[in-house]
Amino acid sequence: MPNEQAPTLSISKGTQPAVAAAGRWQVNALADPATMRALRNALQTLPKDAGTWDLTQVTGLDHIGAQLFWNAWGKSRPRRLALAPEHEEVFQRIEQSGALTLPPPEKRPWYSLRGISLLLHDFSGHLVSFVGLIGQLALDLGTFVRRPLRGPWKEISAHIFHIGYQALGITALVGFLIGVVLSYLSAQQLHTFGGDIYLVNILGMSIVRELGPLLAAILVAGRSGSAITAQLGVMRVTEELDAMLVMGMPHGFRLIMPRVLALAVSMPLLVVWTDAIALLGGMAAAKLELGLSATYFLQELPAAVPLPNYWIGLGKGVVFGCLIALVACHFGLRIKPNTESLGQGTTLSVVTAITVVILADAVFAIVFKGVGF
Amino acid sequence: MAQPIIRIRDLRTQFDQFVIHQDLNLEVQQGEILSLVGGSGSGKTTLLRQMLGLERPTRGRVEVFGEDIHEVGGVQLRRLRNRWGMLFQHGALFSALTALDNVAQPMRELGALPEDLIRDAALLKLDMVGITPKDAQKMPSDLSGGMVKRVALARALALEPELLFLDEPTAGLDPDLSESFVSLIRSLHQQMRLTVVMVTHDLDTLFALSTKIAVLAEKRVIALGPPQEVIALPHSFIQRFFLGERGQRALEVLRDKEMEPNHGK
Repeated sequence: MPNEQAPTLSISKGTQPAVAAAGRWQVNALADPATMRALRNALQTLPKDAGTWDLTQVTGLDHIGAQLFWNAWGKSRPRRLALAPEHEEVFQRIEQSGALTLPPPEKRPWYSLRGISLLLHDFSGHLVSFVGLIGQLALDLGTFVRRPLRGPWKEISAHIFHIGYQALGITALVGFLIGVVLSYLSAQQLHTFGGDIYLVNILGMSIVRELGPLLAAILVAGRSGSAITAQLGVMRVTEELDAMLVMGMPHGFRLIMPRVLALAVSMPLLVVWTDAIALLGGMAAAKLELGLSATYFLQELPAAVPLPNYWIGLGKGVVFGCLIALVACHFGLRIKPNTESLGQGTTLSVVTAITVVILADAVFAIVFKGVGF
Repeated sequence: MAQPIIRIRDLRTQFDQFVIHQDLNLEVQQGEILSLVGGSGSGKTTLLRQMLGLERPTRGRVEVFGEDIHEVGGVQLRRLRNRWGMLFQHGALFSALTALDNVAQPMRELGALPEDLIRDAALLKLDMVGITPKDAQKMPSDLSGGMVKRVALARALALEPELLFLDEPTAGLDPDLSESFVSLIRSLHQQMRLTVVMVTHDLDTLFALSTKIAVLAEKRVIALGPPQEVIALPHSFIQRFFLGERGQRALEVLRDKEMEPNHGK
């Protein structure tokens, strides 16, 4: 059964080369790799000007099969062609549509003048709209302060729950492990110098001033930054953003400000939490590795880490939180209504948020270089 | 009579406590354009999804091309799926691919056809639905709603299906576009000898295209037959659905159509 249906070509060579096709020239039959390979080989060995084509034995023909013939003919009807009447229509359809060719793609290397100007334009577009976002946020905060009762309290508290409370588990786990790792590493080094008791200073300073805020920020950027971008992106896809504008609900006041405020509130709290758990991890490892008791650790800590470091840590938390929220909102609002853009926007948002956080951390390090030691 | 293309036997669909279909029977013959109509929530789209094998009925058989699509699997199901095409309500084009690649994708998926043949065949399909090669290179997000539907139709037709499913083919199109879409489907139906099953609310489309209408009400098919016969039935839903003011207007199309007896062959 399949054999008599498979599309075949028989070529009789001679003074008048003739090609006879038979079988079912339909996509389901052509989709068999072996059949297709045999047909292509046969068509390639065909003399340039094959005289006669006999298609009367073809039992089934669809547009794909017909297109295969058409391409073999060099996109014109051969002079001597025998065709079953019911297949005439298909070839007429192909002939009618004429030569369909794709316009050549525009090739432009990235370093061409146009490419560079496009890159610059793109970058400045991001910069301008980010500055615009900050400006809008300032205006919205002004409105909020003037009429606090009409503010989006519900949204703020919901976001604090999602961004802050639900991140407690993951920040605790990562913080604890980093504390353990740091404690083990420094304990071994300090032990060789006999400076075991300085472990409290190293752990306290690095965690409270640097690692706590940075760890929390990186986790929140990955966790909530991506979520914010995706949320806003999906709202763009489903036209919710447009619906809000139409009903007179400004994006800045109802979407961006609550998220920024929620992150600004929950980030410092998460920083304190991460600090505490990481110190706990460090303390546990110090007890195991060096035999430093927890009481000694806690007694020494206030002396080893002056108070300004806590404030710097908290300040970092607030700034990082605002930056993450702003970056996430910025990319979320720029997402175009298609899936490709949603994926790209979310990735870009997380990468940018983490980069911006580390950048801000460097600025903190420079600005407060003489404070807290 | 020849074997029906689709045969649904004693179908029952139940979501939790909600019974949507009960003892539902339906047959679609080769070459028909069958419209499924019914009130909202009567399970038209669910029925369509069950015919496509996207949803499984609670009980009963759904046979397409003589095979129970909820029993067959693997290669056989894939071969079956290559024999039908589906036009989704919102097009469901792959947004990461250009219009051309969207149409070429089902052919590429076969893994045997040469690339130049795929490109030419895809361009031909797009030309059949009135999309120029220039527009073929655009991304779906850059196309208008009507063009998205046309490209989606070209994609549904890519593998030369014998059976075409349409979910609300003219929803969201303006009257002019709807009109041309209807005549496009009609001409493709004749050119490619398709069997068409569609779900539509649009009475104009319904009367302009259907050779048969199946009315879904009371959890089953209460009427199945040519449009003239169905609207003559005295059931209250049918009376409300077809013979309201909108229905009367659309019916004029049907009367005009009787003048040209050729259609639907």
